[in-house]
Amino acid sequence: MSQVAIPVRRQLQTPPVEASPYPYNPGSLLSVQDLSPDGLSHVLARATALENQDPLARARILAKRRVALLFYESSTRTRTSFELAAKSLGADTALISSLSSSIEKGESLKDTGLTLRALGAEAIILRHNSSGAAWLLEEATRLPILNAGDGMHEHPTQALLDLRTILAHLRPGIEAVTADTLAGVTVSIVGDILHSRVARSNMLLLPRLGARVVLCGPKELLPELAANAGPGVSIERNLEVALAQSQVIVMLRIQAERLAGLQLDLEEYKAAYQLTGQRLATFAPSAVVLHPGPIIRGLELTSEVADGPQSAILEQVRNGVAIRMAVVERALVAAAQQGGRA
Amino acid sequence: MTALVIRGGQLIDPAAGVDALKDIFLKDGRVVEIAAPGKLKATNGAEVLDATGLTVAPGLIDIHVHLREPGQAYKETIASGTAAAAAGGFTAVAAMPNTLPVNDSPETTRWMLAPERGAKVRVFPIAAATRGSKGEALNDYAALKAAGAVAVTDDGRPILKDSIMREVLASAARVGLSVIQHAEDTRLTQGASMNLGPMSFKLGLRGMPPEAESGMVERDIRLITELRDARAHLHVAHVSTAAAVAAVRQARRSGLRVTCEVAPHHFLLTEEHVGLYNTNAKMNPPLRSAADRDAMIDAILDGVVDAIATDHAPHALHEKEVEFENAPNGITGLETALGLSLRWLHKEWKLPLGRVLSLMSAQPAALLGMKGRGTLTVGSFADVVVFDPKAEWTYRAADSKSKSRNSPFDGWTLQGKIRWTISEGRIAYSNLA
Repeated sequence: MSQVAIPVRRQLQTPPVEASPYPYNPGSLLSVQDLSPDGLSHVLARATALENQDPLARARILAKRRVALLFYESSTRTRTSFELAAKSLGADTALISSLSSSIEKGESLKDTGLTLRALGAEAIILRHNSSGAAWLLEEATRLPILNAGDGMHEHPTQALLDLRTILAHLRPGIEAVTADTLAGVTVSIVGDILHSRVARSNMLLLPRLGARVVLCGPKELLPELAANAGPGVSIERNLEVALAQSQVIVMLRIQAERLAGLQLDLEEYKAAYQLTGQRLATFAPSAVVLHPGPIIRGLELTSEVADGPQSAILEQVRNGVAIRMAVVERALVAAAQQGGRA
Repeated sequence: MTALVIRGGQLIDPAAGVDALKDIFLKDGRVVEIAAPGKLKATNGAEVLDATGLTVAPGLIDIHVHLREPGQAYKETIASGTAAAAAGGFTAVAAMPNTLPVNDSPETTRWMLAPERGAKVRVFPIAAATRGSKGEALNDYAALKAAGAVAVTDDGRPILKDSIMREVLASAARVGLSVIQHAEDTRLTQGASMNLGPMSFKLGLRGMPPEAESGMVERDIRLITELRDARAHLHVAHVSTAAAVAAVRQARRSGLRVTCEVAPHHFLLTEEHVGLYNTNAKMNPPLRSAADRDAMIDAILDGVVDAIATDHAPHALHEKEVEFENAPNGITGLETALGLSLRWLHKEWKLPLGRVLSLMSAQPAALLGMKGRGTLTVGSFADVVVFDPKAEWTYRAADSKSKSRNSPFDGWTLQGKIRWTISEGRIAYSNLA
């Protein structure tokens, strides 16, 4: 039907949007936005200090403190590194996963959180398949909550470990970050952006330090409206054009579990977006290649790239333990003094 | 039956063109006399309500509420929902059929109307358009109308099949019932929990495209155009997008009987109000973009919108204290509708008081053929709201008469404090504080 022209309205006053009350607990890390530049610098510095500290001395920092790991989704890297991080600091950890707990019987996230608090948990590390779950858990328990991935929304510790990896390669020795630490750096994030919490956390974090983030993928996995995701974020549909501008390339897995009926021609996808040795050598011969894992060899990237000299994928994993030691410490030790919200 | 005199108030009755100081005499559930102050004739023994400085208007009418009975009394009952209605100045509410069981029968319709339900104000059941609201087989509209239904709809479960919708419009027209459509092409909204846009992308939530609403409105308008039956009436429930309201505007210009309602949250809030997963900002249709919200304001101001309706949808606390995508859709609205409309439509955006009241009484009454309501003339029902149009107050969801608390307007400053709500001559609500 024909569109009817609607006259341009005079500017009207409308109800304001209230400021966010989150995080309630200064030790929480729900979003990368919860950390100011000072807070980021502190986490990065503590990650290095803790990594280098004598293990016996380190184990006294959180000796016998109780940390719960609440996992509603399967995870290898994130769960293991959080657990190792908490244990390295001397904390007692308890792992609760949705398949072997009362969650199976229908216990709500709120009740699960309150139960863990009553059991003595002083902080909860949450991985959940619903976007926003970490905010719900924090509101219910008021404990320090570390968001270990909420649905398609955020994965702040992944963005922090990516940042640590990027700094090690491009700004070695720098830990005190500012708004222009990554000025002149272009980071391309390639693949299934739509379903990726890693992409969302990185596109919120990296531009705050001066980096340009280029999102690259097909329309089905990267809707046009992602270009409005924030300052310093743009879209490039052509992988080779994106590679040619990049010092850092973050490859993402296609999240088959979140496609929700979306049909995708994988051969077509690979032809356009797979990171091959040839593409890397031709268009970004000195860029660092990152991937949050799990990687699917032969789909988003080839073995040649995953195991090649430009790959920092296993470095990311190592950095994960250091970063998570720092955020677990921050959750339980004088968090308020360590840099609050952005 | 008691008799009441409302003395000294400013009577605003848009349908009758009255805006003057009047005394009103109510007896046996009807308006018996209206006269200049001090000029009523026989009022012996009547209780006198002093309305000096207050506005007296036809009781408000909400044509879109969910009273949850039968079947979900833990969320709301007809008694608690109508108590909330009375507290909000409403004297009549039209109850949606998505109950348990679905109200698709004369028996359920009559059950809802039975005195045992304890309704504080008049309830008008809206019956399901199809058996079980499954969108397949039509119900017996003549029997439903005879039992008291005022319209048919499959609210919340829109009728997707063209052939069924065509039949629904034709059959309803034959018996003189309106067809209300919750316009949503559910094939485009699978798994979605808010409006599709930058905000849904940012929050990592699946979004409902505005076209899912406007496309369905356009489809329905096409069907009613093809029907060529002057009796056919399509009412679009809770319009929320600029494109859908444009379609209604166009249909109206073509002379079709297509009407629409807008809920307060759609002319006030946007997707930004979802904030960080506030489940009390989750409803269907969802909060839309600022451009859509502005289009709702425009459509109200320029008269395309026929009614303000709340889509009052109570849910228990535990149902809303869950992950955003798992939370049920809907918010309460009966106690905030007038206060929000006066604060924003009237005070802020300068819609005359009479027009606000007309959108909340005379026009909705006319839409669903509620005879003798929505106006205060001699002989009409003694459905009256008396309020202080200037008084500001703070809404506290915890104090609600509803069984549920799921309002995004908790703590908001509203305008227009209700003193009395009178339903068919009985005081259904009073607040003398």
